[in-house]
Amino acid sequence: MSIPTLLALLVAAIAMAFVAGRNRSQAVSSATGRGQRGLNSLPFYYGMLTALWCGTPALLLLLGWLVFDDTVVRLIIIDGFPEAQRQLPEETINLLMSTVENIASGSYPDGQQEAYLQHAAEQLQALRNISRQLLALVLFCTTMIGTTIGWMKISPQYRARVKVETAFKWVLMACSMIAILTTVGIILSVIFESIHFFKQIPITEFLFGTHWSPQVAIREDQVGSSGAFGAVPLFVGTLLISFIAMSVAIPVGLMSAIYLSEYAGPTFRTWVKPALEILAGIPTVVYGFFAVVTVAPFIKDSFAPMLGLDASSESALAAGLVMGVMIIPFVSSLSDDVINAVPQSLRDGSLGLGATRSETIKLVVFPAALPGIVGGVLLAVSRAIGETMIVVMAAGLSANLTINPMESVTTVTVQIVTLLVGDQEFDSAKTLSAFALGLMLFIVTLALNFYALYVVRKYSEQYE
Amino acid sequence: MKTIDLVNKNLAKRYRKEKLFRAYGLASIGFGLLCLVLLFSDIIGKGYKAFVQTNIQIEVNFDAGYLGITDTTNTEQMFAANFEGLVKKSLREMFLIKKRSDKRLAYSLVSTDSGYQLHDLLVANPAWLGTTKKVWLLADDDLDTYYKSVDNLNGAFTGRMQEQQLVWIKNLLDNDALQLQFNMNFFNLGDSTEPELAGIRAALMGSLFTLMVTMVLSFPVGVAAAIYLEEYAPRNRFTDIIEVNINNLAAVPSIIFGLLGAAIFLGFFGMHRSLPLVGGLVLTLMTLPTIIITSRAAIKAVPPSIREAAMSIGASKMQVVLHHVLPLAMPGMLTGAIIGLAQALGETAPLLLIGMVAFIVDIPSGVTDPATALPVQIYLWSDRPERSFAELTSAAIMVLLGVLIVMNALAVLLRKKLERRW
Repeated sequence: MSIPTLLALLVAAIAMAFVAGRNRSQAVSSATGRGQRGLNSLPFYYGMLTALWCGTPALLLLLGWLVFDDTVVRLIIIDGFPEAQRQLPEETINLLMSTVENIASGSYPDGQQEAYLQHAAEQLQALRNISRQLLALVLFCTTMIGTTIGWMKISPQYRARVKVETAFKWVLMACSMIAILTTVGIILSVIFESIHFFKQIPITEFLFGTHWSPQVAIREDQVGSSGAFGAVPLFVGTLLISFIAMSVAIPVGLMSAIYLSEYAGPTFRTWVKPALEILAGIPTVVYGFFAVVTVAPFIKDSFAPMLGLDASSESALAAGLVMGVMIIPFVSSLSDDVINAVPQSLRDGSLGLGATRSETIKLVVFPAALPGIVGGVLLAVSRAIGETMIVVMAAGLSANLTINPMESVTTVTVQIVTLLVGDQEFDSAKTLSAFALGLMLFIVTLALNFYALYVVRKYSEQYE
Repeated sequence: MKTIDLVNKNLAKRYRKEKLFRAYGLASIGFGLLCLVLLFSDIIGKGYKAFVQTNIQIEVNFDAGYLGITDTTNTEQMFAANFEGLVKKSLREMFLIKKRSDKRLAYSLVSTDSGYQLHDLLVANPAWLGTTKKVWLLADDDLDTYYKSVDNLNGAFTGRMQEQQLVWIKNLLDNDALQLQFNMNFFNLGDSTEPELAGIRAALMGSLFTLMVTMVLSFPVGVAAAIYLEEYAPRNRFTDIIEVNINNLAAVPSIIFGLLGAAIFLGFFGMHRSLPLVGGLVLTLMTLPTIIITSRAAIKAVPPSIREAAMSIGASKMQVVLHHVLPLAMPGMLTGAIIGLAQALGETAPLLLIGMVAFIVDIPSGVTDPATALPVQIYLWSDRPERSFAELTSAAIMVLLGVLIVMNALAVLLRKKLERRW
């Protein structure tokens, strides 16, 4: 039986359990002679409780089954291999297993493969069928037993409402725990793979090495595959592009925010603010395309020759400028909030002393809002560092250690993408290095966000 | 000297500075808006031509003997018939070709798919068998690029075109045998190496399935988490940790979620690559913080008096939440969810890491079919050298932006229509 069918049946079973529980509670209550008033809770709650008894164990079982199903089947299949094959290294066994999978799905013509693989493929199909049938049977039993237990428990004094409310609260709590689980998942996944990586490449070489060329020799005598994992060029490239982006985004974003909150009339504000925010809603892949087909050629063919310079066709400048434009609304809306939070009395005081508006802004409002603005800028920097698509498309792949914006540099995110796209095996230093880079990215952005959010929160409390 | 004189002396300078400062502000906004206009006009200018395609008119004799077809309803005969040969024969006759080297040049004017087009035409018009008809066939992308740029001031873009081909094209132009028609393939087909046969259908469906998974998972879970944090959670250290956590997750770069997906979903759980299901799961984790944060704001906006009124007439906590708070907060939550989904729709980087970056020709029909997503398709096409692909990329971007604009407009409309001010 397929999974969607099983799920549909399960939903039907839960619905039936609900009806059964509700009817049972009504029957029990009418037996007391006081009608529904003889019940502790409304019939709905008895129904819900029975449905919970029916659905919860079944769903958990289904989930566990789906997770461990393949592993168990695999173990049985490998156990059935001839002795010689079982002694093979892990990777070869993986290969054999995928051959078996392919035979089972009919990708190979019959009789072309060795007999034991043929046999394993048949066994695989049989096991999968058995697994599904067994699952259906077990689920059926679980729902039946659950429903019966729930059904048996119903009595006029049974406090169904309290129980359902408690269950409801636990479900809600479980949902909010997913956020924590995600963080734990991120940390575990990057750290776990990074540790593997640092076992092969010393961490000092990774952090302080100045040569990046993540090719690992497949054969002993291969030329040009030194496998150098010094990430400094990537860090410098990332910082360079982020710096260019921020030197566009900070002045433009900040001045826009100041104009919008201090000078602009309400009509101007209602039209222009959302228009600027469209910039933030445009997917980054669109910016990347814009950078690579319009901005980069413009810089190479017109802008750089004008200055008497020579620009690479994948210059850091193009990627940085476009990224800066993307971040403008980010800086402006965060600063806008912060500037609006400055109490009017401060402005009134300054204007009352005869300062012009720009003097008030520069000498009173801006210093008062500074901590919040710094927080916002830090959030924007973290965004620039973690931005991927613009740099993947517009920045280069070669890890040059340079701070010349006309040259091509590469960034941490670009390398993560190039290392992990395509077929991956989780054991070569090449792919594992992507996780080490991810770890660095995560640590840096997390620290920035943490500090920025702390500053912003602290600041907003100050004037409340 | 009196103080007022000092003030008056500087006043003109101070006013000038004031004006300048104001002008900086306006200029910044102007720069932002200019970028927006530039971006849109650049994309539209590059992409609008992809919605039409060059077709070429050819006289074809549907010779029953040559094709070996006696009955057009017989699929086997139709399948076996050499329609491609018929196209080539018609081209040879049209251009009066004798030389062998010219043949290949002539064949390359029409799309590689033109045999199938003839097949479909004959299926649609069985009466054409044995007659000679003028039919419109899809042109090759080189001819397409040439024809679309034929009115350019500095001459048409010839690209890989040969001298001989240009002579024929001149001939075709004089006979009005070239025409732009609406590009159906763009909306009906999956990816292809031939620009004239490449479409966004597969990517669009992939995006749709991915978003469906994201929506089904992230909205209920996000709302539930928001309810817990706003209505149930005790103010303690643990709740603080969850809150800080959610705020931080909202600012974690999307590519990190891709790493999570690659390590946990693909590596640990052994799910297959390129599935909308996995993409949806990753995007769910990514959009959850956004949805939780906006849902919390919506719940906060429901005044406490509503809760107190419900409780005072004996409603339980769950009844208060489900019967009163949730319906009142729903418009705000939906708005947040739509904005979160719009973000997810435009997201590319995490999908690259879980392998939703593949050459997908077949239209996926479910969440467990290999698929790619619209932004990923844009990324893939932007790398291809043919000029037509740059056009197609821009057109695909226009579609993506169109969908995003509709989604955001919907969110704004929803908020305007349903939101209550207390």
